[in-house]
Amino acid sequence: MSVAQALTPQQVRDIVTGETDARIESLQKVLAQADAQTTVFLQALVDDAVVIAAEQVVIVRDGKGFDPATGKDMPVPAGAEGVVSNNRMRGEIDSALAALQLLSTDEAIRMKAAQALVSEPDPSKKPLLEKAIAAEKNSAISQLLLLAQAAINITSTDVKERLAAAKALGNSKTPNTQLLLNQQMMQETDPAVRAQMGASLAEIKSALAWGERLGALFTGLSLGSILLLVALGLAITYGLMGVINMAHGELMMVGAYATYVVQVFFRQHMGSAFDYYLVAALPMAFLSAALVGALLERTVLRHLYGRPLETLLATWGISLILMQTVRTVFGAQNVAVENPSWMSGGIQVLVNLSLPWNRLLIVIFAFLVLGGVALLISQTRLGLFVRGVTQNRAMASCMGVNTARIDTYAFALGSGIAGLAGCALSQIGNVGPDLGQGYIVDAFMVVVLGGVGQLAGTVYAALGLGVLNKLLEGWTGAVLAKIAVLVFIIIFIQKRPQGLFAMKGRSAEA
Amino acid sequence: MTNITLPQPVRLLSPLGWTVFIGLLLCVSLLAPALNLWLPVSHPLHMSDFAVSLVGKIMCFAICALAMDLIWGYTGILSLGHGLFFALGGYAMGMYLMRQIGTDGNYTSELPDFMVFLDWKTLPWHWYFSDSFVATLLLVVFAPGLLALVFGYFAFRSRIKGVYFSIITQAMTFAFMLLFFRNETGFGGNNGFTDFKRILGTPIATPNMRMLLFVLTGTCLLGCYLAARWLVQSKYGRVLQAIRDAESRVMFSGYSPLPYKLSIWVISAVMCGIAGALYVPQVGIINPSEMSPANSIEIAIWAAVGGRATLIGPIVGAFMVNGAKSWLTMVAPEYWLYVLGALFIAVTLYMPQGVVGLLGSLKQRLQAGKGESS
Repeated sequence: MSVAQALTPQQVRDIVTGETDARIESLQKVLAQADAQTTVFLQALVDDAVVIAAEQVVIVRDGKGFDPATGKDMPVPAGAEGVVSNNRMRGEIDSALAALQLLSTDEAIRMKAAQALVSEPDPSKKPLLEKAIAAEKNSAISQLLLLAQAAINITSTDVKERLAAAKALGNSKTPNTQLLLNQQMMQETDPAVRAQMGASLAEIKSALAWGERLGALFTGLSLGSILLLVALGLAITYGLMGVINMAHGELMMVGAYATYVVQVFFRQHMGSAFDYYLVAALPMAFLSAALVGALLERTVLRHLYGRPLETLLATWGISLILMQTVRTVFGAQNVAVENPSWMSGGIQVLVNLSLPWNRLLIVIFAFLVLGGVALLISQTRLGLFVRGVTQNRAMASCMGVNTARIDTYAFALGSGIAGLAGCALSQIGNVGPDLGQGYIVDAFMVVVLGGVGQLAGTVYAALGLGVLNKLLEGWTGAVLAKIAVLVFIIIFIQKRPQGLFAMKGRSAEA
Repeated sequence: MTNITLPQPVRLLSPLGWTVFIGLLLCVSLLAPALNLWLPVSHPLHMSDFAVSLVGKIMCFAICALAMDLIWGYTGILSLGHGLFFALGGYAMGMYLMRQIGTDGNYTSELPDFMVFLDWKTLPWHWYFSDSFVATLLLVVFAPGLLALVFGYFAFRSRIKGVYFSIITQAMTFAFMLLFFRNETGFGGNNGFTDFKRILGTPIATPNMRMLLFVLTGTCLLGCYLAARWLVQSKYGRVLQAIRDAESRVMFSGYSPLPYKLSIWVISAVMCGIAGALYVPQVGIINPSEMSPANSIEIAIWAAVGGRATLIGPIVGAFMVNGAKSWLTMVAPEYWLYVLGALFIAVTLYMPQGVVGLLGSLKQRLQAGKGESS
């Protein structure tokens, strides 16, 4: 930038004195031929570090004076007063500073400034923008700048400029551009420009549609993974013992509250390790829910085996008591569970598709838990016993398996997985006494659809229902989607009464 | 030759039973109105308005419990959708009551207030029946009845049994609750219907009308009891119990369980619908929370507390549980859910026969004791 175009003392005076309108106008003029010194001066204005005394404007930093125009040292005149800027002026200065970043030497800053300008086009920055385009060497930033120019030109009074802008904007496939084009379309009078706008809009729309479709798929997958976590525990308790555990949702709630307690403990006693509280919360959630589950099995459910309808009622009673206990202890309001910092934010995959870290991690977590359970069932001695008792209780007992103990272990395992699900849910939603109620109906649908006795059925049913639900939701709305899914399940069961993966053999009819 | 003794036709009620029945009928239809309307408030035997509305409400619940006994106690099918049928009957009646408000609403419009609020200009099609009382009565019967018929047909045809059926009915109830919560479906959304003014042109909030509804509910309950008793003692009822005890054997004996299960399911649903229709004018409000899954399960616990497959038990159970509820929610509201939860567990663990069953076995033991001593 040549020295000849630098800030003159006259311009400086115009910016700091007079009516706000006149000051803004001067500011815009200066901006068109800005240099590094302009940034220093404007930044000083924002920081309230500019004083004025009898036409003499001085920047004061750490008690030393500088000339705003040249940046050279100069004495601070006696009786100088601070320059006062009202909010409007401050806003203008802020946006001018932001625009000046277009001329920064740091590419990252230039990139950011260009992106900001694309999403919020401001016609007053046009001269500066043109200057930046002429100077820009990086092609990616250059393209962004051209887009920003188009976004400004679309409101120009010149038809040719508008036409070119409408065409150029077709390259920017973001919801913002779509919105801008739609707004301008309403005011546009020239047919040629209108046609070009329509073509660009169609182009953007088809590009965005992909993002939306993938987004729906991902939310479906996310819901499916949550259902999987919830239903996995149910599949174990129901598949093994025929216990309809209506308190399953409340066991999830126990896990979520355990997470909450661990989080509070970390915040109070180990503030520095707060980001890692989940490491402690996961086993706590598992153990607390498993403990409650084992207790329930020993005291209540043990006496109800073989009477599934009675277990349904008894566990419903248990769920009422658990919920009321939590209300008594923690209060009826929701409690706040904070995400650790590494779980906030997300990955930007497409312009309009960003995958939040917490949901992404829960999908992974669900599959890890699934893998763990599958290994446990198929590889360990406990798993062998569990399978044995499931297939033929009497025979397993004859072979020396302590079936009563296996029941307790299996129920505790199912409950513990519910606790893990609760811990996961605490990361994406509210934690309150009603936490489990919202998922229990869906989870049972998964078990009914998937069939009993095989984990694969639960997996397919959970993911299928999750994705189906979210895809339909985009099409018909949430409530109708739920009803449609229910109708689908009823029709499906007409064809396969035992679910997707039925147990083969005579036990199926019992 | 061995003598085969065929089961003798059983009397509907024993002479003692008839005496009690007629006594109760007189109580409900003559004594209660006399105690409430003609005795002065200060009189010790005066029946307060609160008691009238409470007992009236519980009698509606008792009809539900009776319906639950038919399907659960006698046929072995636990329905978690009876709260839905109850609410559907209630909504059918509520729609009629909304239309009876006429132009007396806050917006003085022909349409119900919530439609004006939603800026609707015409009445939705499903409201056309609600201008006529007779059509409303038909709707009270047919709305739950048809839903039960269609749902039951598909469910029973594919031999969905036991807990699967319970869970599917619960999901159905849940889905309908979501549906009725929506404003677009035209059922008043979240707030449902309330602020009723009159029924059949006469004001609804008078002591006489309250008493009339009370008497109507009471006679309806007793009538339902008689009808249910007749049903379960007939051959039809015996088949139902056979299905409950061993469905496969019933099939091997040449019966198709489908029509039996379907018919008792629809009858039970319609009874619940009637109970709902009697309930709404008495409490003066109906909203989607009546359809919450919790309510349906509570109906099952009324039946279980009183004693399944006894008919009289569920009625007793409804009175006991709801009486305890209204007393406890006054004295110590935070403990009610503990008590209810404990009740669920205790009844299933220790009293599978319910209160009436317990009394019955006590009586038997006493008689056995007498037999030994004599």
